[in-house]
Amino acid sequence: MSVKLGVPSKGRLMDKTFDWFGARGITLARTGSDREYAGAVEGIDGIELVLLSAGEIPRELAAGRIHLGVTGTDLVREKLGGWERQVEELAPLGFGQADLVIAVPAFWVDVDTLDDLDAAAAAFRAKHGFRMRIATKYHRLVREFLRDQGVADYQLVDSQGATEGTVKNETAEAIADITSSGDTLRANHLKILADGLVLKSQATLFRSRMAPCDKTDRKVMARLLERLQVN
Amino acid sequence: MIMRTGIKAEAARLKALFEAAGARPVEAPVLLPAEALLDLYGEDIRARAYTTSDTLRGEQMLRPDFTVPVVQMHMADGAEPARYTYAGEVFRRQEDDAERANEYVQVGYEVFERDNPAAADAEVFALIQSVLNGLPLRAATGDIGLLTAAVSGLNTTERRKAALMRHIWRPRRFRALMDRFSGRAEMPPTRAALLANADPMAAAAPVIGLRGLDEIEARIAALREDAAAPPISEGEVVLMDALLSVRETVPYALEQLRDLAVDMPAIAPAVERLKARAGAMAARGVDVERLDFEASYGRTQMEYYDGFVFGFHAETRPDLPPVATGGRYDALTRMLGRGGEIPAVGGVVRPGLMQMLREGRE
Repeated sequence: MSVKLGVPSKGRLMDKTFDWFGARGITLARTGSDREYAGAVEGIDGIELVLLSAGEIPRELAAGRIHLGVTGTDLVREKLGGWERQVEELAPLGFGQADLVIAVPAFWVDVDTLDDLDAAAAAFRAKHGFRMRIATKYHRLVREFLRDQGVADYQLVDSQGATEGTVKNETAEAIADITSSGDTLRANHLKILADGLVLKSQATLFRSRMAPCDKTDRKVMARLLERLQVN
Repeated sequence: MIMRTGIKAEAARLKALFEAAGARPVEAPVLLPAEALLDLYGEDIRARAYTTSDTLRGEQMLRPDFTVPVVQMHMADGAEPARYTYAGEVFRRQEDDAERANEYVQVGYEVFERDNPAAADAEVFALIQSVLNGLPLRAATGDIGLLTAAVSGLNTTERRKAALMRHIWRPRRFRALMDRFSGRAEMPPTRAALLANADPMAAAAPVIGLRGLDEIEARIAALREDAAAPPISEGEVVLMDALLSVRETVPYALEQLRDLAVDMPAIAPAVERLKARAGAMAARGVDVERLDFEASYGRTQMEYYDGFVFGFHAETRPDLPPVATGGRYDALTRMLGRGGEIPAVGGVVRPGLMQMLREGRE
């Protein structure tokens, strides 16, 4: 057995993760060809690197197939029911910051709060005969948020990409999506509701509560966490 | 471990009791068209029911309860008056609490009858109570009709009343609306700025999407109208709070409500209905003197009930969901009835929980 560490397999998120571990004396690297998802860990023994899509890391942690994983808090909360029982947040990594927000067309001068959105949704349903559509891929987080806030007469429509374009294309009236700077929202003539922040997310190191650990694994894990100074 | 066969046998026994009380046994499909449920409950139902789909029939849901299919069946071809019973599994998605069952058996009794709603309410409550006899349960009752009567009697604009009515089942938003309409909460600064602006559309961003300029202008006009309307008076807010916090045994609750009705005449008919119901329940042998009444009962859980509501809760097991629930749902028959409507009241029991409580005592 060895302790398995899951990290994002490509892009900025992978590079920043490698940098974060590197700054703590643990070198993570991809091995083999550019296209092969294999990795190596130097600077500590007993750790195996598993390269995964950031979106799959929550599931792998919950299944106990990896012991540690780096992914966004948004993905963990969206994908894992009762996430605190399945994983433990060890350390925010200080990058990959993104806010999950509710945004509406900027020309909706009458809608600035969730209270306005709720009233507009009621009027919209009466006029158009269907519930106001909010495009998102974060169904669970957005639904729970809107339920807690008492917003009614809306429906979530699935959008796995280019969500900011759905309003212009008339497949949704509003959106709930991740944004870091808000530039893409503005470019698409959308604005964020004043109280429309669903969740603040960033890349975070998680520990699985489900992964089997023998005596050696626990020693390796303790040594790693000490090196990372997250315990 | 409670065996499935034991629960099935208990369900059959309960169903036979309901049949003996005059109900016709009916079956309902397990897969229901998602559209009807979504229209009724809104997006929240997706958190409670399992959704599946195929390319021919589109989205369908594993039935989260029997009420909707039974009402649809009755509205399509039912004779009046009618009493129905059913027994079968319902499916509830669980996202947070792994201890809660996502599949369990319900046995129900539903009455569709135009005459004498007090008697029908009492019939359903007394029957459900009788099959639960001997279990350590506490009954709670309420009446959503009191709240809707109080809202429609407020001395304020129709638009405000409609907004409050829409959120009777969402106490938090209801409270926020009351605070704003009564001037207890300040207007958000962005709204004040919007209303102060003579031509708010002048500098607006490009028009995109299906919600048009006309809709925005209509809402701004409504907001201006609302800003000009006088606030709901402090006295009315205090009365509404007093009504929502009535929590007594039925005779004392009636006394308090009659006192409130002096200043809130709009609730007087609803109080009379409560009194008539209490009389009908006593006539059926229910110990009304010791029965609890909570004016806010059923506001967070029971979205389609609009009159009498009740639930039976395990006294020693506050972690368990209610063992039986029920109530009146006149508006549901109107929404699902395609033009028709009929007053209706019903209740369901969970034989699995009944068995668990029995075994826990042995």
